[in-house]
Amino acid sequence: MGDVEHTQVQTTTEQQGVTRRGFIKGVIATGASVSASNYVLRNGHGVALAQAPGAVERLVTLNVNGQQRRVDVMPQETLAMTLRYKLGLTGTKIGCDRAECGACTVLVDGVPQYSCSTLSHQVRGREVQTIEGLEGADGTLHPVQQAVVDLQGFQCAFCMPGFVMNMVALTNENPDATRGECAHHLAGNICRCIDYNKILNVAEKACEYTRNGMRS
Amino acid sequence: MADYKLIGKNYTTPDILAKVTGRAKYAEDFRAEGMLFAKLLVSPMPHARVRRLDTSAAMAMPGVEAILTADELPEAEAPQEAGLTNEPLYEGEPILAIAAVDEETAAEAIEAVQIDFEPLPFVLDPMDSLRPGGPNARLDGNTMAGRDLSTIKWDSVDWSEVDRGIMPLGGEVTDEWQVGDVEAGFAEADLILDESVFSASLSHQPLETRTAMAYWQNGKCFMHCSTQSTARTEGGMARWIGIDPTDLVLIAEYCGGGFGSKISSSIQARIPALLSRKAGKPVMMRVTRQEENFFGRARPGIQARAKFGFKSDGRVVAIDLTMVQDGGPYGRSGDYMSCADQASLMYQPEHMRVRGMTVYTNTPPRGAQRAPGGVQAVAMFAPIVDKAARQLDLDRLDIIHTNAPQGQALFGRPRQGRQGNVSSAFPKEAIDKAREEFDWEGMKARSGQRNGSKVTGVGVAISSYSAGTSGVDGLLVIRPDGMVEIHTGVGNLGTESFSDTSRAAMEALDTPWEQAEVVWGDTSKHLPWSAIQGGSQTTHGHTRSNWAAGLEAKKRLQEIAADRFGGSADSFEVGNGRVFRRGNRGQAMTFGQAAERAIQLGGVYDGSQLPEDINEMTTRSATALAGRGLVVAAKDNFETGGRNMSFCIGFAEVEVDTETGAVVLKDYKVASDAGTVLHPQNFAGQVHGGGIQGFGVALGQKWVMDPQWGLHVAKRFYSNRPPTILDAPHDQELAWSVADEPDPFNPLGAKGIGEAPVGAGAGAVLNAISDALGGNVDFNRSPIMGDMILTMLNPELDEAHNKLSTHV
Repeated sequence: MGDVEHTQVQTTTEQQGVTRRGFIKGVIATGASVSASNYVLRNGHGVALAQAPGAVERLVTLNVNGQQRRVDVMPQETLAMTLRYKLGLTGTKIGCDRAECGACTVLVDGVPQYSCSTLSHQVRGREVQTIEGLEGADGTLHPVQQAVVDLQGFQCAFCMPGFVMNMVALTNENPDATRGECAHHLAGNICRCIDYNKILNVAEKACEYTRNGMRS
Repeated sequence: MADYKLIGKNYTTPDILAKVTGRAKYAEDFRAEGMLFAKLLVSPMPHARVRRLDTSAAMAMPGVEAILTADELPEAEAPQEAGLTNEPLYEGEPILAIAAVDEETAAEAIEAVQIDFEPLPFVLDPMDSLRPGGPNARLDGNTMAGRDLSTIKWDSVDWSEVDRGIMPLGGEVTDEWQVGDVEAGFAEADLILDESVFSASLSHQPLETRTAMAYWQNGKCFMHCSTQSTARTEGGMARWIGIDPTDLVLIAEYCGGGFGSKISSSIQARIPALLSRKAGKPVMMRVTRQEENFFGRARPGIQARAKFGFKSDGRVVAIDLTMVQDGGPYGRSGDYMSCADQASLMYQPEHMRVRGMTVYTNTPPRGAQRAPGGVQAVAMFAPIVDKAARQLDLDRLDIIHTNAPQGQALFGRPRQGRQGNVSSAFPKEAIDKAREEFDWEGMKARSGQRNGSKVTGVGVAISSYSAGTSGVDGLLVIRPDGMVEIHTGVGNLGTESFSDTSRAAMEALDTPWEQAEVVWGDTSKHLPWSAIQGGSQTTHGHTRSNWAAGLEAKKRLQEIAADRFGGSADSFEVGNGRVFRRGNRGQAMTFGQAAERAIQLGGVYDGSQLPEDINEMTTRSATALAGRGLVVAAKDNFETGGRNMSFCIGFAEVEVDTETGAVVLKDYKVASDAGTVLHPQNFAGQVHGGGIQGFGVALGQKWVMDPQWGLHVAKRFYSNRPPTILDAPHDQELAWSVADEPDPFNPLGAKGIGEAPVGAGAGAVLNAISDALGGNVDFNRSPIMGDMILTMLNPELDEAHNKLSTHV
């Protein structure tokens, strides 16, 4: 990922008529007494802000884990919320909702993205993959998942879906990665059990499985 | 190590497949028909009183269904908290909650609340509250003396010392103890180090916030919350909600981290339950990351004066401690007392005096954090012992070895004039092994090596902490299909001890793990009375209870076989899922056949008749399971032999950039004495994960608060800086080793390993930074930030703050 991808994302957003300011207005609750950031979760009851400009759901088709999913999304709705609250894919976790921890990482066209900071409208026409989409239909695990199981990777595992998706990108891009390269690749994910040593063991094992031709 | 078939072997835990496929459900992953969302109104000030509250506009908004205010909660007895308050004692303290059809509507309703605050005096630094005329954090006092709130001011001390970062002596404190004669101890010392030291407060920050969802059905409250423990959450949660424990169904199979902040869940989890009862609909309350920083608990900082007396051989002969703990606004947390106990255990002084107190501040509530007090002890005192080694020209590992406890060493605050003892202590053995395995001499040789502006430093530190409880229950069912269902009330926050300790029952039955099914995390599934999942209690406590249940099951199987085939029960053996006559394997029953027979026999075999010494919760659960097979409940009545403690010795190698003050961790190795290792992969995760948590303590995880307004500046991960994967050594796999000495008071020799690793990581890194700077440097403070290193190296620079400053 990097600058190129970022530019693409911005362009897509602008094309859909969602301004940066509008997005921020939508997701940040104002007022001195509300210090907490709030999640967008208009669930179609047609109450309150439904009259506000732009605050209407629109039926879109998203390609998630290889399936075409038709879903109503708000302009300011994040992919994490659509996945978790509308598509039933709760494997993707929200740890901070502000692109700090990486628990919500999913792949968009194979590139790891923080789904808490990606608009659902941005991923129309693109392929979204979540942790639920890794396992084969016959129950075969992805090499990254197999490495986790074999090494008893992670502890509380709340960070695991994000790390695992990022590792999937790693094994796709650079299965020859050194341990240090694995760490740099995974630097956008936080584990609070701080089992980083075992996480790097998993990443290296997943790369090894991939090099050896395990199905992915 | 004894020859076990399951204990000490790696295996796949029963929860990992659900976790790695995204099927594992944490609190926020549950949905219920008609679910509402709750949002909180939190205090914008560190201390205030709600003067006027008008919720009519909020309640009139379409989609708003219920509101909960502090007035509707039973009043908490001070200094406890109620979960909502009209007198917030810290920024971010919840005042009221609103449930609405969706979260955005709830947030808008919160904005529509008309609320007016009367600001009250606040204090962020305990020292400011102890100053004559200084503010109190609470209207009813600034400390707890015994069980009473009271106010203490230090009238007689020299406050100009505090302004220079010196912890003053002679002020009144609430707790005091002494063993030996500390003055006589110092009289015989060859070296005395007298230092002011500080260890900062830091939040737990589990990656899963304390989100909860609750609903009511047929008079029962169903609660999906984030909690470390299961059995030990039920009672407290029911009390918070105001119902009988039998009317609570607690579902918490997965917990996204706690580190002590969710031992019995959180009082705020009562909010969605009470809102749900009012609204008649399920309520989800998602706690945001920023709210988690506010009410998600924190380790208390400690400001201390530490005087250590050493003999020329490095032996610590006397310790005199004066400690003031930053208590936050609520509760009675006593980190400073455990801090003293751990210092007493690690350094074994003959003479020791401890004076200490907690002082309330208008900062987030404190709670137990992974080795509460133990981590602060290492962070504050390991550098002092390290410095003594340099001044006495001793090896820095030798001085740790010299002072480390052995056997059933005495330690800690005396009760009725006598100190208690540790059940076992083998840190010396752990050090002896590590010295060779980790090549301590080779590490030392790299100390001081320069690479441009970067200098290598090597540090070592010992830590200790509690490692187990006793007297809890085991409960299992051998079913007619032959499976052994092991019930456990231990929670699952990722240490996997709920499963690792269940293996003790299968070990006792000499039967493959594939025949076991662990039942956990849901009180409707009939769980036994269990230890809290905290304080490293479960590994020791539940290997004991599951071993007891396993042995009891074995005995019943033998009796069933004797009843079937004749002869005495002890002529039968149990193994591989069968009970068979010794020397005649043709006379055998499978577990399934024995379970069917148990159901026919009833009484003590099918759970109809239960032991009298088990806990009421276990009796209730076993009674519900009665008739489903061979039902066995057993209390752990094994012998105990003192307080169960584990030890870690951390070895850190850092590179300090003398131009920028940046510290890079190059390697970390850890040796430990934690009895028999149950599951090596998980054990490694504990010692290294804990160690790296300690790096956070040493290297920058902290709060920053605005002293003028009492508000947080560092509320999120990017600003309060928990360690990232790049902060941990990542060029090679980290090493670990164990003394491998079984604890004599556990049938399998097991001790817990959750707590001790954190202090070792913190202390080793702090000492390594000092080493890189040539030793004999007086940071006397954690975390060590880059600016402190630069100030140390460039005396012409002014210090940004003094040694005792808090939240800077």
